[in-house]
Amino acid sequence: MASQRLLRPLTGLSNLTNFLRKTLVIAELEARKLRHDPTELITRAVQPALWLLVFGQVFTRTRAIPTGDIPYLDFMAPGILAQSVLFIAIFSGIAVIWERDLGIVHKFLASPTPRTALVLGKALSAGVRALTQATFIYLLALILGVDLNLHPLALLGVLAAVILGAILFSTFSLIIACLVKTRERFMGIGQVLTMPLFFASNAIYPIDIMPGWLKVLARINPLSYEVDMLRTLMIGQVSATGLLLDFGVLVLVSSGLILIGARMYPRVVV
Amino acid sequence: MPILETQELTRCFGDLVAVNRLTMSIEAGEIFGLLGPNGAGKSTAIKMMTTLLPPTSGDARIAGYSVTRHAGQVRRLIGYVPQMVSADGTLSGYENLLIFAKLYDIPRHEREKRVRDALAFMGLADAADQLVRTYSGGMIRRLEIAQSMLHRPLLLFLDEPTVGLDPGARRMVWQHVQQLRADYGTTIFLTTHLMEEADALCDHVAIMHLGNVAAMGTPAVLKASLGKEGATLDDVFIHYSGSALESGGTYRDAVRARRTARRLG
Repeated sequence: MASQRLLRPLTGLSNLTNFLRKTLVIAELEARKLRHDPTELITRAVQPALWLLVFGQVFTRTRAIPTGDIPYLDFMAPGILAQSVLFIAIFSGIAVIWERDLGIVHKFLASPTPRTALVLGKALSAGVRALTQATFIYLLALILGVDLNLHPLALLGVLAAVILGAILFSTFSLIIACLVKTRERFMGIGQVLTMPLFFASNAIYPIDIMPGWLKVLARINPLSYEVDMLRTLMIGQVSATGLLLDFGVLVLVSSGLILIGARMYPRVVV
Repeated sequence: MPILETQELTRCFGDLVAVNRLTMSIEAGEIFGLLGPNGAGKSTAIKMMTTLLPPTSGDARIAGYSVTRHAGQVRRLIGYVPQMVSADGTLSGYENLLIFAKLYDIPRHEREKRVRDALAFMGLADAADQLVRTYSGGMIRRLEIAQSMLHRPLLLFLDEPTVGLDPGARRMVWQHVQQLRADYGTTIFLTTHLMEEADALCDHVAIMHLGNVAAMGTPAVLKASLGKEGATLDDVFIHYSGSALESGGTYRDAVRARRTARRLG
């Protein structure tokens, strides 16, 4: 009987392949939505463009921020990429509240899909959105004359950093959504979190020029590690923390958040 | 063996006992209706049976599997259509089904046929490639039922399947539910606050009021038990719950019901 085959206990390797397969199905679902309505990607591109074109151009002229022998625009381009990933990811959790207010979350939770796959699949879709931003920012930076490292390995590293950053902050966003449960509260908290995450990081100025207390915050802010990784790979600046540590911090924090998210997600319907 | 059995299934929210020691059993192949006004505890009961909400105490078993201890197996055996809109409006009808076919591990070579069959069964073949946000309320409900039957569940839960639908669309959903049982032998557990719906569809019903089951049986037996000529299920409900139909529901229930109605309408 077909149902007996379905009931065969999943173990070890088949558990893992099942998890990966379902994660990709969830990501596919989100990618299909994006294909039907890509306007979000276009409107999202405006903000990083403004930062690079206005803020970047002005601060390159004033030389107010010490960036060594690197032009300020080159210094900030990886920071703006990280910012754009952060902004896309940090508000992605609101979709969970929307889907909970409908019955969509209920249906997924009643299906035999691992909770971790539901959470990671959604996070990956934020990664897909973020990659379109990365492409746009690369093009704009090249036009503005930023000296980008276009070595395939460097590009591959940037790809990993962008996707990891998106996974990290979108899962963080999902956890907040599961805690606050209403759109109004979520938007409020999202606004409150975004700016400190951005400004208490090395995105648009080096950590060295910060006051002591802010240095501490910047060092525990995962965004700093993402920026450091991007800056090393994109413009060849010597890494402040080391690529391995950057990568390790992003993977570790993401994994932790996914495990927490997988526990929180089912509670959103209670 | 009964396909669904609950033993003293209970759920509290703070001081409120939403479902109070619900004990019932349902045989394979029947259409069972859990009736009651908004706020009676129907949705809470269905959430526990579909593994979405852990019971405060008690348990439910589906084909022998406990919803608390074997949630994974239970999820493979059941289908569930939530009360609110659960189809994704930003995807086409076909895509909505395809994603669930993949989530339920329907083998690749069968997937396309299963999805096409489900669309045809529900009369949605022509609308397959349109975005669901262009569908009518009745079409959305039929798509959602199609989604939930792709993996041929033994037991299908329908939470208020016709809420917000006009009488024509409602009848069409009823026909499809009956056809589903006839063609696939699916056992169906539905909740409704429409006594007419229960009368038209259900083999057995339980009347729920303020978390308790006030009466259980076939509609005919329940009506006869009043000893009154021409008694309706409405009369049965009023008799057993000791209150009028309009009593239940909080502000939140009202908001939800109307919002659902608006989206479907």
